[in-house]
Amino acid sequence: MQLSLGPVLYNWAPERWRDFYFRIADEAPVDTVVIGEIVCSKRSPFIAPHLPAVVERLRAAGKQVLLGSLILTSLPRERRQMAELVNTAELLVEVNDLTCLKPLVGRSHAIGPFINIYNEASAAFHAQRGATRLCLPPELPMSSIAAIAAALPSVLIDIFAFGRVPLAISARCYHARLHKLTKDNCQFVCERDPDGLMLKTLDGADFLTVNGVQTLSSTCANLLGDADALREAGVGSFRLSPQDCDMVGVISIFRAVLDGREDAESGTRRLAQLYPDVHFSNGFLHGVAGFLSVAPDARTNQRPGFREPIKPHML
Amino acid sequence: MELICPAGTPAALKTAIDAGADAIYCGFNDETNARNFPGLNFSRAELSDAIALAHRRGVKVLVAINTFPRAGAVSLWHRAIDDAVAAKADALILADVGLLEYAARRHPAQRLHVSVQAAAANADAIAFYAETFGARRVVLPRVLSVAEIAGIVREITCETEVFVFGGLCVMAEGRCSLSSYATGQSPNMQGVCSPASHVAYEQENGRTKSRLGGFTINSFEIGEAAGYPTLCKGRFTTKHGTGYIFEDPVSLDAATLLAGLRDAGVTALKIEGRQRGRAYVEGVVRHFRQALNALDSGLPIDAGQLMPFTEGQATTVGAYRKTWR
Repeated sequence: MQLSLGPVLYNWAPERWRDFYFRIADEAPVDTVVIGEIVCSKRSPFIAPHLPAVVERLRAAGKQVLLGSLILTSLPRERRQMAELVNTAELLVEVNDLTCLKPLVGRSHAIGPFINIYNEASAAFHAQRGATRLCLPPELPMSSIAAIAAALPSVLIDIFAFGRVPLAISARCYHARLHKLTKDNCQFVCERDPDGLMLKTLDGADFLTVNGVQTLSSTCANLLGDADALREAGVGSFRLSPQDCDMVGVISIFRAVLDGREDAESGTRRLAQLYPDVHFSNGFLHGVAGFLSVAPDARTNQRPGFREPIKPHML
Repeated sequence: MELICPAGTPAALKTAIDAGADAIYCGFNDETNARNFPGLNFSRAELSDAIALAHRRGVKVLVAINTFPRAGAVSLWHRAIDDAVAAKADALILADVGLLEYAARRHPAQRLHVSVQAAAANADAIAFYAETFGARRVVLPRVLSVAEIAGIVREITCETEVFVFGGLCVMAEGRCSLSSYATGQSPNMQGVCSPASHVAYEQENGRTKSRLGGFTINSFEIGEAAGYPTLCKGRFTTKHGTGYIFEDPVSLDAATLLAGLRDAGVTALKIEGRQRGRAYVEGVVRHFRQALNALDSGLPIDAGQLMPFTEGQATTVGAYRKTWR
């Protein structure tokens, strides 16, 4: 089982972004690293000066480097950015929106988790056009993952296995809205929340996190306990999504568990130390609500942070 | 511009025809369409009869098969396509690339529309669907301004259809897993968002709380109308305070923008609400028919009459005027 590191989804300071990848290059046992600003095109200019050095350092360390495309492309400027990405990239592009697919047809490329692949037919559609790796949507249950992997044995299937789960993208920026700013004059307030802005229910239960135009889960995906079943199903890679914590440590834990040097329980305990105060979840994989944590054997649902739902008849 | 109207039942379809629809969109009563609600939608026989009736009245029927097929069960969606074609649907509204490919190959003469759920938000993405599958029309996501729509129309070869009234997705459609995060059921997979089966109302400390999947989505004074807990339209708390973080509970009403949409080159105007009753269909369709007649005659458009049909009795022109940009 390989490991891939997803792109940093948050607005980190450019030097911090660069140094994060330098450390990944030097220390992290990860096979593939996806880089680039995929959430908000306004942030792209900040990391651009550091991209060449980061790519070089990662490649020198033997990592495969993919360039991620924007999740939502609508402005002319964004379309030009995407055209440039696919036309000049000597790196494999990970496509997150069909906008940039046309020029890539017939060329080897990767499909990111923001492309809707829910079944073996749409997976085959992309494979026939040159997709060699598919990072499937985090919403997919195990049965769908297994069916897709079985239909496409020559395509690397990558599964979102760690990190707050991206759930929605919008044209509107919620960080700007919260700060009573317009999107065009946002003052990049999202940089104040390098791990996303926690959104709670009126009862105070953790619910979601806001990252500019993106909405993610409050829980953190953790598929360590499902690794054997996923490997059995034909999954070839685990996707780990950077959070504001020791990601080299996180990657090392996944490597240890996948290599059989540590059991999933112990790995999860150590993950909780590296990334504290967050609930882990794997509900999507088990076909239940995504925020839930399902024990691989016991199938008992743990509902973090609040009470059982109240039924209307109890009023 | 064509007026495209929703029908969740054969009765609503007749109502929409009488109220002045140019075309009706509807779906089968299963998980193949994105309004898969109990008691809603059409059996095979109902759809055949409805299309025959509509055609006798000179009205088109567009069949939405716009969820993403479940892996291992794709044949269910293929059958929906075959049956809709056999029933003489005027167009199929599809979102999944596998289904678009199947329909284009199996039924090359069938007119195909790209569903809003496909989230084709710019000219490049639209061109991809038009060229790859021969799609004749794209339903534009509700993330674009009128000026942006005009720019897109200038660049593409296929027709455009835009939403002008009804429930408003805050997030890019077809790319949202918020509902399944809280409930296990999503628009893309099961054809439902914030499903009623997971909704609960509870009275607590003199307030009514609306919950979805156990999460409190909003809270109301006793006696105040407790709105439906659509996830993205709830009130939540951050370190900056409490409020409608994503969107206030409002409905889209673009009646005042019809001239702009016409000048932008839009082909068809769509009313959301296959889950709504006949009174809604009758009122909203008739209003937009009158508005389009007024537009054609150069008369002013009577706006703001549809408040009773809106969510929270409030409307917005949504992304069409990006006041938040």
